[in-house]
Amino acid sequence: MNTNEHVIEVTDLRRVYGGEFEAVRGVTFTVGRGELFALLGTNGAGKTSTVELLEGLAPPAGGQVRILGHDPYTERDAVRPRIGVMLQEGGFSAELTVAETVRMWAGCTSGARPAAEALEMVGLARRSDVRVKQLSGGEKRRLDLALALLGRPEVLFLDEPTTGLDAEGRQETWELVRELREAGTTVLLTTHYLEEAEGLADRLAILHEGRIAASGTPAEVTASQPSRISFELPDGYFLGDLPPLAELGVTGHEAEGRTVRLRTNELQRTATRLLVWAERAGIELRGLDVRSGSLEEAFLRIAREASETGRQTEKDQQTEKERVA
Amino acid sequence: MSTGTAAKAATGTMAGTALVTRAGRMGSLARAELTLLGRSKATLFAALFVPLMLPLSLRSTVDEMELKEAGLSVGAVLLPSSIGFSLIFAVYSSLVSVYAGRREELVLKRLRTGELRDGEILAGAALPAVGIGLAQCLVLTIATAVLLDVGAPQAPHLALLGLLLGLAMWPALAAVTASFSRSVEGAQVAALPLTMVSMIGSGTFVPLEVMPDRIASFCELLPLTPVITLIRGGWTGDLPAYDALGAVATAVAWTVIAVFAVRRWFRWEPRR
Repeated sequence: MNTNEHVIEVTDLRRVYGGEFEAVRGVTFTVGRGELFALLGTNGAGKTSTVELLEGLAPPAGGQVRILGHDPYTERDAVRPRIGVMLQEGGFSAELTVAETVRMWAGCTSGARPAAEALEMVGLARRSDVRVKQLSGGEKRRLDLALALLGRPEVLFLDEPTTGLDAEGRQETWELVRELREAGTTVLLTTHYLEEAEGLADRLAILHEGRIAASGTPAEVTASQPSRISFELPDGYFLGDLPPLAELGVTGHEAEGRTVRLRTNELQRTATRLLVWAERAGIELRGLDVRSGSLEEAFLRIAREASETGRQTEKDQQTEKERVA
Repeated sequence: MSTGTAAKAATGTMAGTALVTRAGRMGSLARAELTLLGRSKATLFAALFVPLMLPLSLRSTVDEMELKEAGLSVGAVLLPSSIGFSLIFAVYSSLVSVYAGRREELVLKRLRTGELRDGEILAGAALPAVGIGLAQCLVLTIATAVLLDVGAPQAPHLALLGLLLGLAMWPALAAVTASFSRSVEGAQVAALPLTMVSMIGSGTFVPLEVMPDRIASFCELLPLTPVITLIRGGWTGDLPAYDALGAVATAVAWTVIAVFAVRRWFRWEPRR
C-alpha cells in the first residue's frame, strides 16, 4: 500500500445553510495515511461544518471530498465501515447502560471489537453497568470516543474530543490518540485548544470564517509569525535613542509610555543588537521579554486581521447586493 | 486508559472483516429500543393496556347501537376497532414519543454517523412497537373469537392485508408527526389530532355505516379507515371487491405520502 496516498482529499469545499449563509467557503487540504491533521478555529469558523461534510453527513454545496478514494456521501457504504466518528455533541439514550450502548453500536458496526475492549481503551470499563444519564460530561465524551473506536477505523474524525474534560482526562485522551496514530490510524481532529493542536498534530490548518487562513506543520505556521521583544526604557531615553530600527531587523514597533514593543522575523539579530546597544549605553531594560512566534499568536493575528478584512468583505458584499438589486 | 489495548488496535485491516448486515444492524437497534421500552413505565402502560382496555369499555356502547339494521354483529365491530386502537396507541402514539425522544437526546444524529442508513434507523427503532402491535392483534383476535364468538375470518387475506398496511403506515405517520414538535411532550400533543380523528372518524367508535353519507364518504379517506374496513371485511367476508380495492388504494396512498413526507421533512436533530 502506498504510504504517501491521500486518505483525505478536500478540494474547494463549500457548504451553504438555508441557501444564504456560507459556512465553508472553498476549503482545500489533504491528509496522508497515518497523519494527524488538526483543524483549528474560533467558534463559528466552520470546523464542524467542514468535518460533517467529510463524514458524509451532508452533501457539499460545491467542491469535492474523497475519503479513502470515495465520496463519503454518495458512496457511504464504501466509506462508513472504515471510519470512526466522534461528534461534538454525542447522543445516547439516557436510560441505557454504558455496556448496552456499546453493544448496540457494536451490532451496527462492521468488524467491531468487543465492547469490553473498547471501554477498557477509554478507561470506562468499571462504569459499564452504569446508566448513561449518571455519567459525568467527561465520561460521556469518553463513551463517545469508545464508539468511534469500535470498528477499528482507518480514519478517525474527532470533533473537539477534549471539550468538557478535566486536565487529566485531556492528557489521557491525547495519549490514546497518539497511540492510535502510531498504530497507523489517520486522524482528523478539530479543536480550539492550541496546545492540543501543537502537541498532537503533524499538520494543521487554521480556519477562519470558512476559509483556511494558515496551514502547515505547527513549526511552519509558527515560523511565519513574527517574534516579539518588549521592554521598558529608563527615564530620559526615547524610541529615537535606539539604533535605527531597520538596522535591528525590526519589522514593526509600538511605544506606549515607557514600554516599547518590537516585532521581528530575525529574533537573534534583533535581540543581540538591542542588548549590545543597551550594554554599551549602560542601560537596564526593565521587564525585558523576548519570545519567538507561537501558534497562539498566529491564531490571534488571523482572528484579528481576518475580522478586519471580514468587515471589509461584508461591506463589499453589501455593495455587491445593492449593485445586483 | 490502557496503553496495551490501544496499541493492539492496529488499523487498516478491513480485508477479511465481515460487513454487518442490514438485518443485523436493525436488530441491534431494535433490541436497544426494546430495553428502553421496558424501562419507560408510562410508554409501556400506554402501549400494553390502553388498547386492551378500551374495547372492553366500548362493549356496552356497541351493544346499544342499531347494528342489526346495518347488518353487523358486536364482534365484527369490536375486533377491528380494537386492532385500530392497538395501531393508534401501541404503534403510532408510542413511536411518536420514541422518535421525538431519540431526536432530542441527539441519538438519531449520532446514529447517522454510523453504518445504519436513515430508513434503517427509523425502521429498527419501530420494530419493538410494531411487534407489540402485532402481538396485541393476535391476542385480541383470539380473545374476541372466544368471548364474542366472532368465528373464523371469511376472507383472511383481506384482514391480513389490512393489518400489514396498518403496521407499515402508522410508524411512517408517527415519524411525520414527530417532525412537528420540539420535545417529547410536544410530540404527544402533536399526536392528538390524528389520534382523535381516527378514533371518532374511522369507524372505531361509530361504524361508518351508521353515519350520514356525506360524513361517511369523507371519513373513508382517513388513514385508519381502510385498515378497519379491510379487517372487518376480512371477518364478515361481505366486502365488495371494488370497496376492498378502494380501501387498499387509500391505505397505500397514505403510506406513500407518509414515507415521502418523512424523507422530505423528518428532522434528525433538535431545532436550535
